[in-house]
Amino acid sequence: MSARMASRPIGWPRRVVHVGLILVALIFLVLFLLLPLATVFVEAFREGIAPYVAAIRQPEALSAIRLTLIVAVIAVPLNVVFGIAAAWAMTRFEFRGKALLGALIDLPFSVSPVISGLVYVLLFGAQGWFGPWLEAHDIKIIFAVPGLVLATIFITLPFVARELIPLMQSQGSEEEEAARVLGASGWQMFFRVTLPNIRWALLYGVLLCNARAMGEFGAVSVVSGHIRGLTTTIPLEVEMRYNEYDYVGAFAVASLLALLALVTLAVKTLLEWRYGDEIAAHAPGGH
Amino acid sequence: MKSPRMRRVVIKDMALELSHLNRRFTGFAALNDVSLTIAPGEFLALLGPSGSGKTTLLRILAGLDYPDSGSVVKEGEDFLATPARERRIGMVFQHYALFRHLTVIENIAFGLRVRSWRSRPSRKVIRERVDRLLRRVQLEGLGGRYPTQLSGGQRQRVALARALAVEPDMLLLDEPFGALDAQVRVTLRRWLRELHEELGLTTVFVTHDQEEALELADRVAVMNNGRIEQVGPPEAIYQQPATPFVCEFIGKVNRLTVRKQEAGLAAGDWLLGDDPWQGRYPEAVAYVRPEQLRVAASSTQPGWEARLRHIYLAGSVAHLDLYVPSLDQALEADVASEDLSRLGVQAGMDLRVAPRSAVLFPNDGNGNALSEERWIWQARSPVPA
Repeated sequence: MSARMASRPIGWPRRVVHVGLILVALIFLVLFLLLPLATVFVEAFREGIAPYVAAIRQPEALSAIRLTLIVAVIAVPLNVVFGIAAAWAMTRFEFRGKALLGALIDLPFSVSPVISGLVYVLLFGAQGWFGPWLEAHDIKIIFAVPGLVLATIFITLPFVARELIPLMQSQGSEEEEAARVLGASGWQMFFRVTLPNIRWALLYGVLLCNARAMGEFGAVSVVSGHIRGLTTTIPLEVEMRYNEYDYVGAFAVASLLALLALVTLAVKTLLEWRYGDEIAAHAPGGH
Repeated sequence: MKSPRMRRVVIKDMALELSHLNRRFTGFAALNDVSLTIAPGEFLALLGPSGSGKTTLLRILAGLDYPDSGSVVKEGEDFLATPARERRIGMVFQHYALFRHLTVIENIAFGLRVRSWRSRPSRKVIRERVDRLLRRVQLEGLGGRYPTQLSGGQRQRVALARALAVEPDMLLLDEPFGALDAQVRVTLRRWLRELHEELGLTTVFVTHDQEEALELADRVAVMNNGRIEQVGPPEAIYQQPATPFVCEFIGKVNRLTVRKQEAGLAAGDWLLGDDPWQGRYPEAVAYVRPEQLRVAASSTQPGWEARLRHIYLAGSVAHLDLYVPSLDQALEADVASEDLSRLGVQAGMDLRVAPRSAVLFPNDGNGNALSEERWIWQARSPVPA
């Protein structure tokens, strides 16, 4: 009662500011996030459900979906391994060049994805450094699946590591040391102590990493060569269909990515809500 | 209680011999030529300020850190070559390091469950041992809880039970009472001492609290700047401190400068009588404990004239804040509270003060006190209290 009385003199101007700010944020969200998202689904179903299903069941679409899954299935586990190893090194050891390693982990975030893709072309392309050697041994990387996997791994490199480093830093190594003194082997220590302590943050990192791996466009576009049915992932397939004025087809395939984004968002929110204290405060940024 | 020193003679080869350990971290020496023998069954305190190297020493024993040089030998074998997991050590970490995702029972059983199937006790045996330990640390009924659901004292006891579950040869405790409030601390301290008497387990604990070390340990090793300044039973550490650092770190102490005069060494009106250094040193530092200062109201007593500035009554003991004009220095004297009224002293009175005993270190002229020339001075005639 008294609190309400006390706040009355400055009550209504503050209220105006509150409501105003919330409105501005809402308008932005609707305009720049919800509207485009809705557009994707509206456009995808513009001609009804049958054309939508047909668009997705085209062989090119199915192969794009399969390829996207293959890339993610390879890139995400590798990133988990790298992320845990890097986070371990960064938080459990003291060594020269630690700051440099930290900066390198963040490199994919600071380099434009197109440049990252181009680097691989310069390295493994026909005119690249390793090009002649690769050609001599009949190994195709650029304009083939290995190139897509490499570019995706590079782009998603920071996700898991960036998620784990702050958490492992704050948790310290005392529990691991306790496990060792109690007789645990290195693997037992990892699987029984370290992993359970970082599991939710790891899942969170994997989720973001996966969303990026499936949705990456720039780097993948450079190394793909756009060979339909062979080296096009979902984002590339969307672009090609759109450029061919196949709007329903483009938005139908795009809706799959949008769906993935929504599921990721839902699981991410659930994780943050349920295990917020076990997930590092700084979610990785990115493009 | 069996004397640890007696036992050491009997089973000398089972002792842990630490010799000439050195450990450098970037910029400073955490351990500087540390040698120490840990007798089986003894309760040893590593006492020192933060950064004195005591925790580093403990971590080396646990196998979590390694010295740059020096050796640790146990039963004729190189203890440092034994991996941490095979050292048969139970360790209680400063912040307990309980596994946060495991229950109390799972925490205690951890050390048994990670054993290879050949040496792992059966599920039933593990369960029985955990139950026994839960009873021992008085945590029956809390086995299903997670560490975050326990109080500080309870967590500490879980950490202890977890360390004991693997039936270690040696128990290491890093600031075991550091994170607890005063009341719990004293209770747990006594409890730990009783546990030690009961199990006879070699126990090494690290602390910065001198009271804790003196009360609990059979022997205390006082550390400073990576060196062991003195090792000995608590009485020796308190009554015959080996270095100025030990004097100042253990308990409260008054520090006085004593100068060579015609009649021998003296500080103001306090004449020490003789000079064990035979005039070699013009100056020495004298350390006098507050309870070794005799306070009298009558001006006929020998000693300094002092003004009583304030009385701090701290329960059974009263701390007297005295100012001695002839030394231009404040002194603190401790008197039993019940003697206060008998002496009839009040703040503002002039009193006579004289030391009963003191520990002196001569000055080499460059401002360094010479520990090896220590002299323990006692008043000639027993002075009445």
